[in-house]
Amino acid sequence: MSVGTNGIGKPVSRIDGPAKVTGRAKYAAEFSAPDLAYGFVVSSAVAKGRIKSIDRSAALAVPGVIEVFAHDNRPSLPSSHEKYTDQVAAPGSPFRPLYDGEILFSGQPVALVVAEELEAARFAASLIDINYETQEAVTDLDTQIDKAFEPPEKRAPEWNPSPRGDVDSALSRGPNLIRKEYRTPVEHHNPMETFASTAVWENDGRLTVYDKTQGAPNCHEYLCNVFGLAKEKVRVLSPYVGGAFGAGLRPNYQLFMAALAAIGLKRSVRVTLTRQQMFTLGYRPQTLQTLTLGAENDGRLVAVKHDAIANTSRFEDYQEPTVVWSGALYPCDHSTVTSRLARLDLFTPCDMRAPGGAVGMYALESAMDELSYAVGVDPLELRLKNYSETDQNYGKPISSKALRDCYLQGAERFGWSKRRPEPRSMREARELIGYGMATGIWEAFRVPTSARAILAPDGTLEIACATADIGTGTYTILAQIGAEMLGLPLDKVIVKIGDSDLPSAPVEGGSWTAASAGSAVMEACDGLRKELLKRAGAVSNAPLRGVDLADLTWVDGEIRMTSDPSRAMPLSEALLGLNEPITSEVSSTPDERVLQDYSHYAHSAVFAEVRLDEELGMLRVARVVSAVAAGRILNPKTARSQILGAVVGGIGMALHEETVIDHRYGRFMNHNLAEYHVPVHADVHAIDVIFVDEQEPRLNPLGVKGVGEIGIVGTAAAIANAVFHATGVRVRDLPITIDKLLALRQPTNNHAA
Amino acid sequence: MIDFDYVRASDVGDALSQITKHQAAKFIAGGTNLIDLMKENVEQPTRLIDITGLPLNEIQETQTGGLKIGALVPNSDLAYDQRITRRYPLLASAILAGASPQLRNMASTGGNLLQRTRCLYFYDTATPCNKRRPGSGCGAAEGFNRMNAILGWSESCIAVHPSDMCVALSALEAVVHVAGPKGERAIKSADFHRLPGDTPEIDTNLARDEIITAIELPSEDFSRNYSYLKIRDRLSYAFALVSVAAALKIEAGAIKSARLALGGVAHKPWRAPDAEQGLVGEQAGRKAFCEAADIILQGAVGFAHNRFKIELARRAIVRALEQAAAGTPQSQSVKVIV
Ligand SMILES: Cc1cc2nc3c(=O)[nH]c(=O)nc-3n(C[C@H](O)[C@H](O)[C@H](O)COP(=O)(O)OP(=O)(O)OC[C@H]3O[C@@H](n4cnc5c(N)ncnc54)[C@H](O)[C@@H]3O)c2cc1C
Ligand code: SF4
Repeated sequence: MSVGTNGIGKPVSRIDGPAKVTGRAKYAAEFSAPDLAYGFVVSSAVAKGRIKSIDRSAALAVPGVIEVFAHDNRPSLPSSHEKYTDQVAAPGSPFRPLYDGEILFSGQPVALVVAEELEAARFAASLIDINYETQEAVTDLDTQIDKAFEPPEKRAPEWNPSPRGDVDSALSRGPNLIRKEYRTPVEHHNPMETFASTAVWENDGRLTVYDKTQGAPNCHEYLCNVFGLAKEKVRVLSPYVGGAFGAGLRPNYQLFMAALAAIGLKRSVRVTLTRQQMFTLGYRPQTLQTLTLGAENDGRLVAVKHDAIANTSRFEDYQEPTVVWSGALYPCDHSTVTSRLARLDLFTPCDMRAPGGAVGMYALESAMDELSYAVGVDPLELRLKNYSETDQNYGKPISSKALRDCYLQGAERFGWSKRRPEPRSMREARELIGYGMATGIWEAFRVPTSARAILAPDGTLEIACATADIGTGTYTILAQIGAEMLGLPLDKVIVKIGDSDLPSAPVEGGSWTAASAGSAVMEACDGLRKELLKRAGAVSNAPLRGVDLADLTWVDGEIRMTSDPSRAMPLSEALLGLNEPITSEVSSTPDERVLQDYSHYAHSAVFAEVRLDEELGMLRVARVVSAVAAGRILNPKTARSQILGAVVGGIGMALHEETVIDHRYGRFMNHNLAEYHVPVHADVHAIDVIFVDEQEPRLNPLGVKGVGEIGIVGTAAAIANAVFHATGVRVRDLPITIDKLLALRQPTNNHAA
Repeated sequence: MIDFDYVRASDVGDALSQITKHQAAKFIAGGTNLIDLMKENVEQPTRLIDITGLPLNEIQETQTGGLKIGALVPNSDLAYDQRITRRYPLLASAILAGASPQLRNMASTGGNLLQRTRCLYFYDTATPCNKRRPGSGCGAAEGFNRMNAILGWSESCIAVHPSDMCVALSALEAVVHVAGPKGERAIKSADFHRLPGDTPEIDTNLARDEIITAIELPSEDFSRNYSYLKIRDRLSYAFALVSVAAALKIEAGAIKSARLALGGVAHKPWRAPDAEQGLVGEQAGRKAFCEAADIILQGAVGFAHNRFKIELARRAIVRALEQAAAGTPQSQSVKVIV
């Protein structure tokens, strides 16, 4: 391909950046409509039980209050849970908001107050008096271990590879055995933008909804199913999304509420959630994991066993790929990985950045670190000794794997060779210093996606696809692909996304958007190329007559013959006399055979340095180097930002993030950003991102793998491993907080009350 | 959030007459705490009296060589005022250890004193809390009490006062000037906040119809040997698990006088006069500092999630005193602990 300045592989700044920083970019709660009414959600104060009665009289008496919707007066809704499902739903019976008086989780939306003003709605909501019949909620995962079960219906069968070899006897024979339990807590996504939907009631009965979502088509389908609306009567738009991290994959209840009220009142309604209500949506589930490794004295693995228990709700079997990596990554003849669920009286968990991978790889890579000390092999050396060119679970070749380069380049950049092997052996002034590393792995997906490319007679290219940009840079890379394909400057490319009326796309998740929407756009542009070549060939005295598409280069507004650039034609000339735009629309699907024959992963090697005042337990992550192999990097700037953000997420996972549940009330208690800690600037120091060269030959025509999630996988383990190296203290229970560090350093009675 | 009226007070007299007239009214200054609590229906004033227009935003010299800080001086202005940074660097440091630059720009000196506890249960109306709803029980005692008290708590409440600034004010023995319907009075910082006892709903000894007008700093400034050390769950923008304001006067290696106040451990900034007394005459060194820490923490009793704070406080006290003695106070911008 060509070497334009804006095309693929160039560090172009976000094309949506200026609109965002000047406030022109509108988010779901910023759209207005004539006569807009405001809804405020009332959340259940109890975790389990039934609503006996709702006294709404005081609320209705507040001036400006229009209606209070609850299960006892709602418009008719389908009873079948099926109708409430969506593309990302876990197996089970999806939640039906306001359907009946049953309370399934604390914070469950139980009523919606609609008023002329937000303030009136919010005030009236505080006056609603709900009488509950309360039952005891079970929210403590530790008490449910004996009830853990393998979900009968699998979300993805490939996450549960069959056992190979005979892991138990191999473990009993092996000279070295590591068997450890690791714990990770509930985490909430906490994107900056809270969830909101503005449902605009059009006079002809159509509903246009501006929603914060990672999948406008998914929400469109949901609304049609739940409210029995014809497809063409509903349109969902999500032009800009202020972060989501997975929280916007499924339709959230504010969408339901806004639509219900708009339909019920035949009036436009906006519903926004508060930060506290953000803690009533999906979350990363808690996990209890046991990792068992058997190894030879030289560190080569013989057996791997990984068992994970995660919580789900009472009504859906949410599953994520937690253990699959342990069977896949390192060569060993004996492996058993199992995933189980335990039901709690909480809402269903929901995919959060690298679901399963982030927590499962924390456990595996912590155990690998423990093994490295047990056998006396450097942690990096241990990974290199256990390097596999095939997917161990399925014995398949891996389409491309430059993990070795990640290890080597990352180690070089980090200065891993300066690490002294023994724990507690490095210090400076008062601080203990620790170096830790870990491997990261994440699936490189590609999913069916449609796209349209329209070239106007004036040479402006419009690209359209229903996918979303949740801050990831989708707008920009799609524009770059379009620019590259037709040799246009970037400012000649307009990108339209986040709209259910556009060619359909799956939710923006799984790090598949670059590969999927990107390929679709590329193929759509290829259709334009064909059409243009036809026109170019038809021009009299055409320099390109009879030339094959494959022999052309599209660059600098020209179509050139690659082998003989003197045979060229300006694009404008090929468009001469064109009155109508040229349109090319494609449904792009992955090659099933490739997916069958090969495994496909992005990889990384993460190195971390921590510094700790051991007397006070104050810990800093002084440096992180993340070396990533993810195929071709479409835009090093936006890709780097993805890794930076994910590393920050990894720091949070390692040291800060935890949603605590008071089991007496079955309720998340630290439901605000003052008490749910994410890293702040002071917690984030040098982060160095390396993209190693990796040629991906077959997964998609662009040769890309996603970079949205790989950056968080392995990061928490690298930090936890560095903490051990610094202190000799192994905290196996995230997050690593001061109390855990201090408690392990001395007998507990020292600081008991 | 409650439906409320909003009025501006034109002067202190007007503010006082307004608050006397309306039983359910509250003053609002920066609003950084009050508005949050109103959104959660924890505070439900039916009228807000905006006092930001009152002429209480100056820092003045006092006749006794101290400084008088108007109640409306923003936390940021106070922390960066040259008179404060030169003469009362302990106070400047404590302020900068708290909240974020944006919040400190809004937050007022008076409001900082009156900020309410961050106890998780106080903030959540779906749970019991004696401070929020007297008689409903204390959710924290057997719940998540990581951020709760280890000293001076009562059966009915184990909350802590969350301010950093007040810990330094307490160590510096500042005086709070207030005005009320019956005139003006001065309250020593040690007497301003109170312990929860049986009435945890009352945070301070300020009457509902009184207004804070100023904080007075005495002339003794401890500008040489001081440190404010705050230990928290992330390196900035988190409330203290434990914080220590340490101030010493040292002559020829021996301690002439000492001040020590703890934050994050009790319903008020915690002082221990006997520990301070014990330091006087001692050589400034680890041995004396450990003894002082032991004295302060003698009666400390923790709960399921916060027992570690007792040992953490002990270590933080020793370190803060070491920092103060060495003249190497804790920096609030560089996060390495010296
Ligand atoms: C996310 C977050 C993190 C924070 N972190 C920290 C921290 O780490 N450390 C820390 O110390 N603080 C922290 N704070 C608290 C912050 O310092 C206080 O919110 C602030 O100081 C309050 O001042 P204000 O002027 O905004 O008060 P307001 O919210 O306006 O008022 C608070 C109370 O004081 C009353 N009041 C105000 N002025 C007067 C007066 N002159 N006379 C009588 N009554 C008055 C009001 O009626 C109200 O009851 C944090 C706050 C937030 C929101
Ligand atoms: S500690 Fe105090 S503030 Fe917290 S729940 Fe108990 S009574 Fe309420």
